[in-house]
Amino acid sequence: MKTKTIKRDRSHWMFLAPYIVLFTTFIIIPVGAAIALSFTYFNAIETPTFIGLSNYVGLLTQDEVFMQKVLPNTLTFALIVGPGGYILSFILAWLLAQVPKKMRTVLALIIYSPSMTAGVAMAVVWTIIFSGDETGYLNSLLLTMGVLLEPIQWLQSPEYLMKIMIFVTLWGSMGVGFLAMLSGVLNINTEIYEAGYIDGISNRFQEIIYITIPSMKPQMLFGAVMAVVGTFQAGAIGVALSGANPTPQYAGQLMVNHLEDYGFIRYEMGYAAAVSVVLLIVVYVFSKVAWRLFGEKD
Amino acid sequence: MSAFQGTKMNPSKFHKSQLKFLAFLIPLAIFMALPIVYIFFHAFKPIDELFAYPPRFFVDKPTFQNFIDLFSKTNDTGVPMSRFLFNSVVVTLIVVVLTVIISTMAGYALSKKNFKMKKAIFEINTLALMFVPAAVAIPRYLLIDELGLINNFLVHILPLLAMPIGLFLVKQFIDQIPDELLEAARLDGASDFQIFVRIIVPLVKPAIATIAILSFQLVWNSIESSSLYVNDEGLKTFSFYMSTLTSTVDGNNVAGQGLAAAASLIMFIPNLIIFIILQSQVMNTMAHSGIK
Repeated sequence: MKTKTIKRDRSHWMFLAPYIVLFTTFIIIPVGAAIALSFTYFNAIETPTFIGLSNYVGLLTQDEVFMQKVLPNTLTFALIVGPGGYILSFILAWLLAQVPKKMRTVLALIIYSPSMTAGVAMAVVWTIIFSGDETGYLNSLLLTMGVLLEPIQWLQSPEYLMKIMIFVTLWGSMGVGFLAMLSGVLNINTEIYEAGYIDGISNRFQEIIYITIPSMKPQMLFGAVMAVVGTFQAGAIGVALSGANPTPQYAGQLMVNHLEDYGFIRYEMGYAAAVSVVLLIVVYVFSKVAWRLFGEKD
Repeated sequence: MSAFQGTKMNPSKFHKSQLKFLAFLIPLAIFMALPIVYIFFHAFKPIDELFAYPPRFFVDKPTFQNFIDLFSKTNDTGVPMSRFLFNSVVVTLIVVVLTVIISTMAGYALSKKNFKMKKAIFEINTLALMFVPAAVAIPRYLLIDELGLINNFLVHILPLLAMPIGLFLVKQFIDQIPDELLEAARLDGASDFQIFVRIIVPLVKPAIATIAILSFQLVWNSIESSSLYVNDEGLKTFSFYMSTLTSTVDGNNVAGQGLAAAASLIMFIPNLIIFIILQSQVMNTMAHSGIK
């Protein structure tokens, strides 16, 4: 038994201390403060005054922009980019696992590379490609092909902004989760497949459902959590693309933008905090669904 | 074995049955690479090609002019571009090094030590994988204000050091190291610190490489600290400067595009190089990334 290391040994705190201090300061306290502030009126100058659930009531009953634009936008965006990016990651990982190593490495690198700088930094490329006059790359291409008769203001038009946001985010979503799934697929023992075929699996689709996915559940879960977080993290993309908060006619307004709008532009910090809390709950619920699907009970 | 006609995962050599996968993968990869290839060409275009109508994908007479312009440019308040780049490099180096040290130390304690709170701490950390920093931008701002970090260089560094995913990956990796090895070292009289430096660190190099890459991507691309917490222009970072380049590039302004493309290339290339060098280590770490 290892009894001798117990009792007097407090060294673990020495190793943990820096992490715990920073983790508490920049993650736990802000989350706690968001919850506390969400029950107050706070304009960043006077001390916060407790107003109970008013912010939440206001958010759900009076904030037309939130109910009609922000919430539907966020859900549309999240439901397409989250599961879409996730399924795409899995399919790509599965396909990549079936080609030889050298080819796989090169292809995986190309597919992963957009996610390295995805987000706001890359918005520059997209603003050039989707530029609104006829010198914009996409406009010019479509005009030459005769698809369009006159240039479209892609990033300023409520009709296209959301679609472009989804497209750009999906493009950059093959990140860490994708890598985890790729190594998950590669590390499945081939004997399991052989056993599966002996037990009567007859095609590739059954193989994926009955062997591949169950054998890599932990990676599937990790990938899912990364997909959920990535999706909600990507909130700034609409503002970055259109160059304005609020986005044109709120077409690309997501919850993250809404809370920045209230917090940093209108200085209604208490209200913005309520939006934060709702957002954190949404992220949590999405992740819980993933946990249900792939979590292993012990 | 010969009867087994099913999947050949991780094949060792090329076979024409793999063509169907490649038929899907290669076009997709090309499509995904297009925007990046596009910035690459764009960055080297001389001014007349940037203005060319219809715009062309490839560059005809490549030039370094955009880079020269970018480096000699100063922003509206007279801060030279090189200052932003310098800030970014310093911040990035410090954050990457400290994140690696802090996460590895914490991972060691959570994996190999026995104490009461161990499980709870790891579970909270796993929960924090879902943390979206943008969601708590406001309380974070108030807290940073309270700590007196506004307009302080440290504000680029401190908030990024606790990286739940980094701790998570390194802990999963350290779990693979057999306890007997540490026990043997302890019997030979090694102190805790020596065990950490001599045994743990060398054995978890792949995980360390992975944390380094992830934290590099986080800090190098981050504009949050510069846009929210720093007003002093001389303290802002390159990624922030780049985002201001684009916002001045409105629909009709083509002149800034060359600069913006050159700047994006400077943003992108370090990411790519570091990942290429460390990719096998990353894949090794990812094998243990699952959440159970």
